[in-house]
Amino acid sequence: MSAVAVRLRSRRKGVGLGLVAWLLGIVFFLPIAWMALTSFHSEADAATNPPSFAASLTLDGYREFFGAGGGASPWPALINSTVASVASTLFVLVLALPAAYALSIRPVKKWTDVLFFFLSTKMLPAVAGLLPLYLFAKNTDMLDNIWLLVILYTSMNLPIAVWMMHSFLSEIPVAIIEAARVDGAKLPTILTRVVAPIALPGIAATALICFIFSWNELLFARVLTGVVAETAPVFLTGFITSQGLFLAKVCAASLVISLPVLAAGFAAQDKLVQGLSLGAVK
Amino acid sequence: MTATTTAPVATTPVHTNRQPSARLRAWATRAPLLPALVFMIVVTQLPFVATLVISFFDWNSLYPDARHFAGIDNYREVLTDADLRHSVWTTVLLTVAVVLASLVLGLVLALLLDRRFRGRGVVRTLLIAPFLVVPVAAALLWKHVLYNPEYGLFNGLLHYVGGPQPDWISNTPLLAVEASLVWQWTPFMMLILLAGLQSRDHEQIEAAWVDGASDWQIFRHLTLPHLRRYLELGALLGSIYIVQNFDAVFTITSGGLGTANLPYTVYQSFYQAHENGLASAAGVLVVIGSIIIATFALRVVSSLFREEVSHA
Repeated sequence: MSAVAVRLRSRRKGVGLGLVAWLLGIVFFLPIAWMALTSFHSEADAATNPPSFAASLTLDGYREFFGAGGGASPWPALINSTVASVASTLFVLVLALPAAYALSIRPVKKWTDVLFFFLSTKMLPAVAGLLPLYLFAKNTDMLDNIWLLVILYTSMNLPIAVWMMHSFLSEIPVAIIEAARVDGAKLPTILTRVVAPIALPGIAATALICFIFSWNELLFARVLTGVVAETAPVFLTGFITSQGLFLAKVCAASLVISLPVLAAGFAAQDKLVQGLSLGAVK
Repeated sequence: MTATTTAPVATTPVHTNRQPSARLRAWATRAPLLPALVFMIVVTQLPFVATLVISFFDWNSLYPDARHFAGIDNYREVLTDADLRHSVWTTVLLTVAVVLASLVLGLVLALLLDRRFRGRGVVRTLLIAPFLVVPVAAALLWKHVLYNPEYGLFNGLLHYVGGPQPDWISNTPLLAVEASLVWQWTPFMMLILLAGLQSRDHEQIEAAWVDGASDWQIFRHLTLPHLRRYLELGALLGSIYIVQNFDAVFTITSGGLGTANLPYTVYQSFYQAHENGLASAAGVLVVIGSIIIATFALRVVSSLFREEVSHA
């Protein structure tokens, strides 16, 4: 077969396979699109069979979700989730940055062992420590306290952050740092002028991924919080049992609470794999 | 401060001078690492040790005075209790089914996305989206909006073709949970495998192509061997997350209809039944299961890691 024929064959197949890819992409996205559409329907239109695709649009679902119908307001839960996710992400960065520095730029002895220790803690299932943490919280009056979640989310994300940042900091050529040192630059200058600019995109991606994991977490939040420190996913568990016609409200709630994750996820899209695979895949 | 410490050091003999400063420097290198390390040990290792200790006690928090050392009784009970044994089996089934299905689907999608076509970026974004829905929200979406027998989307679409109107969750509860998890985890597998595909040696593939190798031959003999470790990595990381899954089981079936997996059982046995000892023993079993998976996972990660370090 000539090269031209090969290319022609592959181009014709390429169009067909491109269509298949489009089709599968739409199938995977359909539940989300349907959720979005339903959230803008009235409750009566949301619960029809066959489905009402062309029903008129309304913001009632969102109004209901935000407490217009006398239900619980989601704002405390949204604020709790924001505090837990943002604060734990900041703590993670404060702890992980120096650690990653000591594991890549000026590595300690046996740095690979330390790195793998961090990774192994990630593989310890959360339920393994749940009961002692619950008993501890109960005896120290930390139950239903958002800062307990902040501490736990920090420990949940720290290994991911250390691994990610290690892989980002390792990409900085040692020669640049050495050159700066030879030119008489002190450590703070090297860190702010040389390391930070190169590592910043990686640090940002790490922060976004830690934010997502904290925002999503349910098990700890469910067990360790109550009315005061309830987070957004715990708020969502209030929709587990059906409450008559409530589909539009459920869809609005799910969508609003997922929005920060969707935004963070798409912002970190390029580094998502690296983060999820703990830096093993670039 | 510096003046007082350096002065006596200067007068001491060379060999004693060097040792403390070398030790000091080693500690200075270690210092940035210590906060993170100590934090992790305190927050993750201590609770697990406590779980291990509690697992040897007969301890119901409703009857705290009756607490006593029970040896391996809890483990015996966990392993002989029909419900608990069933939850071990459910965990295995759930994990294997979800990981395999999402891995195969992820591979198909990654292969499709590895080709150039119009709107590839858009399709990629559409495919990643399910992974970026909050897990509880995704579970609610499947439970109420898709599976509901009266007004769910699935039965609504079946209605158009005159199909049956099954009650998805009641008929096939575990499959219902699995399907929702496959939907969420396929993008994860796809991303890892896509990264694997893009790290292939393209010259080698081009050469095979020019030599007249068929697409299937190239896939079978070049792509698949290259992808092997990415498949392993996806499977192992996926297993670690799905073994621990709580959200989907809790939301879609509330552990009913035989879908209670180990994390849900642990949650239930201490949060609702207040059986601290039993819950801990079940927790330790989850850990043992995870350690078995993790040993393999760590090996795969470290082989990818070594390769990278040697490339650098």
